[in-house]
Amino acid sequence: MNEPLFTLPLGSWVETFVDWLTDTFAVIFTFIKTVLEGLYDALDLVLGGPPPLLIAVVLALLAFFAKGWKLAVGTLVGMLVIQSVGQWSNAMDSLALVLLASLIALLIGIPVGVWAARNDTVSLVVRPILDFLQTMPAFVYLIPTVVIFLTGAVPGMIATIIFAIAPGIRFTELGIRQVDKEVVEAGHAFGSSPGRILRQIQIPLALPTIMGGVNQVIMLALSMVVIAGMVGAGGLGADVYSSLTRVNVGLGFEAGFSVVILAMFLDRITAALSDRSPVAKALKTRAA
Amino acid sequence: MSVNALRVQNVYKVFGRRPAEAVSKLREGASRSDVADLGTAAVIDASFEVQEGEIFVVMGLSGSGKSTLIRMLNGIWRPNGGHIHLGEDDLSEVSAARMREIRRTRVSMVFQHFALLPHRTVLDNAAYPLEIQRVPKGERMERANRSLEMVGLDGWGDKLPSQLSGGMRQRVGLARALTADTDVLLMDEAFSALDPLIRRDMQEQLIDLQQRLGKTIVFITHDLNEAMRLGDRIAVMRDGRIVQIGTAEQILSEPADDYVARFIADVDRTRVLQASSLMRKPTLTLRSTTGPRRALRELEEVQLAGAVVVDRDRKLLGTVVDEDLLQAQREGADTIEGVVRTLITPVNEDTPLVDLFAPSSESPVPLAVVDDQGRLSGVIPRVSLLEAMAPEDSPSSAPSPANGDTEITAAEPEGAQTTTSAGGTR
Ligand SMILES: Nc1ncnc2c1ncn2[C@@H]1O[C@H](COP(=O)(O)OP(=O)(O)OP(=O)(O)O)[C@@H](O)[C@H]1O
Ligand SMILES: [Mg+2]
Repeated sequence: MNEPLFTLPLGSWVETFVDWLTDTFAVIFTFIKTVLEGLYDALDLVLGGPPPLLIAVVLALLAFFAKGWKLAVGTLVGMLVIQSVGQWSNAMDSLALVLLASLIALLIGIPVGVWAARNDTVSLVVRPILDFLQTMPAFVYLIPTVVIFLTGAVPGMIATIIFAIAPGIRFTELGIRQVDKEVVEAGHAFGSSPGRILRQIQIPLALPTIMGGVNQVIMLALSMVVIAGMVGAGGLGADVYSSLTRVNVGLGFEAGFSVVILAMFLDRITAALSDRSPVAKALKTRAA
Repeated sequence: MSVNALRVQNVYKVFGRRPAEAVSKLREGASRSDVADLGTAAVIDASFEVQEGEIFVVMGLSGSGKSTLIRMLNGIWRPNGGHIHLGEDDLSEVSAARMREIRRTRVSMVFQHFALLPHRTVLDNAAYPLEIQRVPKGERMERANRSLEMVGLDGWGDKLPSQLSGGMRQRVGLARALTADTDVLLMDEAFSALDPLIRRDMQEQLIDLQQRLGKTIVFITHDLNEAMRLGDRIAVMRDGRIVQIGTAEQILSEPADDYVARFIADVDRTRVLQASSLMRKPTLTLRSTTGPRRALRELEEVQLAGAVVVDRDRKLLGTVVDEDLLQAQREGADTIEGVVRTLITPVNEDTPLVDLFAPSSESPVPLAVVDDQGRLSGVIPRVSLLEAMAPEDSPSSAPSPANGDTEITAAEPEGAQTTTSAGGTR
């Protein structure tokens, strides 16, 4: 009674498609893998190479300049906790992965969002794709990426980028579409070119919303990092995953807690940066 | 003498998928609702000219197409039919690049909700048009400062728009348009978002600026009083069409249709209507050299108690009334010159109605109106003044004694109780 009425070989189609992809674009995939691996290793070296205390202080300083001394102290304490539970190098691996994946997701997502905001057809095409990307269970992305890129940090990173890109596009499109039409029109009315209107009016005015998207992208990327640990992306995810298979509650908690600390750090920093955008500051300035 | 700054010829704008089809139907006389399934006919067959240095007001209810019309004047919308001439350019045909050039140099705009850049200072906002024209920073700031000064915002340059009140923000919007230094200024409901008092201030400031700078202004409003106050000429729009173009007075005194008539029903006519609109030819004017006896006979003939007196050049001297003439006759005076009463307040052709009540009550005969040279150009019977206060269709005006000369002549065969009211009849 559970027999399907007819068989739709969707799975085998996807399989064939991925195989075809792998064969046809092997050169390109190898290239992508080399580049991403190189970038990842470099960033990982910067974060994981120096003594932990030095990096912790640098991150605390970043927090200080972004927000203030409270966040700086919090950051320092958080980083020292990570270090003291023995998760430092895992945390730096994960941080490198998150930052790189988020950066790439934003480098793709923001321009696509801008394009979608300016072109209704693009918007109509992009929207269902984003819905699809966001509702698909996260680890499903891992399967094709592993097939294509094998193991290591890169398949996890690619899966993370795909998983995290949606809010980058959505928030950018939303932010730009929400910019006061009259102000944009004023740009036109004084003879500004569309490119200039984008740079001088639309992007700055949409920036608080876009920054909300940046925040979401980073948070999603971080949540994906744990899942990416399953395919050997290393970092905190690897420990979470191995603690799961070995039912090691203590290790799982330590790695998980480190993820939370990283999440709080990244969240507060991006929030603080978005508060510092000129428009956000201007809106806070009220009549004296 | 007058030069056209803008010439709009049979312009159409239809929003929708098949604008061309809609326009050809509209050209054949279809109405807005006839073409509704082809698109929204926002502007239908609009034609007008705006002279250099004129304030041309476009008025109409919400959705009548005012904003669409004004946005075709700077090319934000391209017309689906017709031509818009701005200088030597036809805005319906120019390239996008030329259009940007025109917007930089020929026509600028002030917006209803100010449309300032919130993250930039007042000065940077005012300098924005020059920034786009790549004017060097020094000159840019200097010119922006000058326009801020013109609108009375000197010293506010380094504030952010959010730190300013609504009225001040719109001054920045105005300053920004002035910095662009274009001949034509478009203002779409520029003062509608402001409090009434501030609005009055802004209106006065605009008139003042316009007189100093000689800008050509197209001003959109749905407030009739504002239209009357600002407009040299007013176009009234209804459902996409311009139904009447004329001066405030023309529109008030001869509304083209019921729509316009209803529109003007609530305007304060006394401030808009001018003496010239009520003026008529005097039944009798006397020369100062006339003898009292002859003057009395002429008064008797037209059954009046007094008359206006002019000199040989038709310069107004004052008025005479019958009792004084009788006195002069008894005293054997040669001419009536000695008994002429001079008027305290002179009334010109463009004196608003509201300023006529006092002189009218002080004058025993129909109020004399003079031209620029002080020559008599007409008289205003008091009854006309009272009549103008109430629109014709207003029921409250029916029983008023001011409602017709027949009543007066019928009720007062013996002459009026007072000379002044008798003087009102023709
Ligand atoms: N971009 C647009 N797309 C489709 N329809 C539009 C567009 N702009 C205006 N319209 C329609 O055109 C008609 C005229 O609008 P317009 O904004 O010119 O009127 P208005 O006289 O300025 O009204 P208001 O006093 O409300 O500002 C309206 O029916 C409006 O819905
Ligand atoms: Mg409008």
